[in-house]
Amino acid sequence: MEKIPILKMGEFLLVTIQVDMHDQLAMTLQDDLTQMISQTEARGVLIDISSLEIVDSFIGRMLANIAAMSRVLDAQTVVVGMQPAVAITLVELGLSLPGVRTALNVDAGMELLRSSVNGYKGIYDGRSH
Amino acid sequence: MTVVATENVAVIAEPDVVAVRRRVREAAIQLGFSLVDQTKVVTAASELARNTIIYGGGGSMLMERLNGPRTGLRLTFKDDGPGISDIDMALRDGFTTGSGLGLGLGGAKRLCSEFDIVSQPGAGTKVTITRWK
Amino acid sequence: MSTIPIDHRTSALSEILSRNQAELVADWVQEMSGAIRRSDLMKDTELRAQCVQFLGLMKQALDAGGTNFNSGAWDEVREMLGTISRTRAEQGFTPAETAMFVFSVKRPLFSQLRQACKNDAAALAAETWAATELLDSMGLYTTEIYQKSREAIIKRQQEELLELSTPVVKLWDGILALPIIGTLDSARTQVVMESLLQAIVQTNSRVAIIDITGVPTVDTVVAQHLLKTITAARLMGADCIISGVRPQIAQTIVHLGINLQDVTTKATLAAAFKIALERVGINLAHEAVKPEHLKS
Repeated sequence: MEKIPILKMGEFLLVTIQVDMHDQLAMTLQDDLTQMISQTEARGVLIDISSLEIVDSFIGRMLANIAAMSRVLDAQTVVVGMQPAVAITLVELGLSLPGVRTALNVDAGMELLRSSVNGYKGIYDGRSH
Repeated sequence: MTVVATENVAVIAEPDVVAVRRRVREAAIQLGFSLVDQTKVVTAASELARNTIIYGGGGSMLMERLNGPRTGLRLTFKDDGPGISDIDMALRDGFTTGSGLGLGLGGAKRLCSEFDIVSQPGAGTKVTITRWK
Repeated sequence: MSTIPIDHRTSALSEILSRNQAELVADWVQEMSGAIRRSDLMKDTELRAQCVQFLGLMKQALDAGGTNFNSGAWDEVREMLGTISRTRAEQGFTPAETAMFVFSVKRPLFSQLRQACKNDAAALAAETWAATELLDSMGLYTTEIYQKSREAIIKRQQEELLELSTPVVKLWDGILALPIIGTLDSARTQVVMESLLQAIVQTNSRVAIIDITGVPTVDTVVAQHLLKTITAARLMGADCIISGVRPQIAQTIVHLGINLQDVTTKATLAAAFKIALERVGINLAHEAVKPEHLKS
């Protein structure tokens, strides 16, 4: 069965979604990630969706779920690289992904994770989206 | 309105959603849609295809390429499922009969230029969306 | 529709198109001289070349597929006419001038036909009728294509205008400014969102200052459009600050109960810029610097 690989980078987990995910694959990712966070005691998860051309309500829900479940396991989630067309479409769909922190790219995302894990909430906080 | 080409896609099981996305994307590209419009129509199709499978028990999508005087893509999702008793409710965001965020109908409607739904309890559901270029 | 069977003889027509081509072209160009010639838009040699090519293709089509202009045999002719119409539309010819390219070949062609069929009235009638039907179809076709081209041009110009009216400016590394001038309706919001998000990706900016000094009224609808834009930028990882909030606007926002959530709003672009700099981690130190002309 195909799976989306999860990489361990220090105390963080990195997931790069490059395929058009069907629902089953998304559910599997959700499960695998939750497992791995728990197993490795990861402090943060970085999800790179810069190759994802479609994010519909199911995928959106998956991202929100991952963020929520990670938080319960005391890990931060950052989603990076959302494409403009995807962002515009999500907004039109009415999804704002509350509880999901975002960054422009992997570098920015890692910076955000590192600073939020190290006590202070990063350069600016109060982003309650 | 001239229908230039039609395609019929089975929408029965969950992997078909990906197939629908791919076919709709190809058609949108061929019709010269902008990237944002492509994304909107593919996402709407994804929502409706999933509805057809999960709530409709499986069905089909008819894809029509329209060319004259305007260029556009028209998708019709049909199923012989239980149907929707209160369509207005269903179109309201957050409405759900199953688990999750709801039927996604309201969202799909906002992504399209035209939206039409015919559904009655016990008589299946037919959703037609059109995205003009 | 008449019930008299129409005789579609075209043999004389076909021969004229090849044998008398040179003469035909000369007369044809002559017909076009004057008001519709537009030598300011098209050189003589170019026009002649088009005429020659057209007559050649027309003969081919006649010989291959008779007189049904919509049949496959006439594909190349339609293609050529399409190209001619489109380029003329872009060059600034009027629809009449474009159609006259086809219609002005009638008189030269008919006089050639009269010569060729001078002893056969029935043949002359049949050939003339066939020629007329064909040329009319072709003239109308050029008008159709011309129309479509004009519509496409206008649409493109509208889009360009819309884009020009929403410039995105880079203020600093990682900081963009988007001054919105005029009303913000849903069509405009789409353009604004696209410009802003593209700019965010291209410049790797994580703060965008949306200045609404130039937006006359901010009601719930406009606020919704603004919020859409801000939400989209956030999804991508960029934060937005709204600047140019006049006191009246602040009053309206409170009065209407508009919830701007946790978006930072400032009265001036300068104030917003200061906050933006802090957010990207830049601290401007106040240091006394000697002006250039006083330095030894």
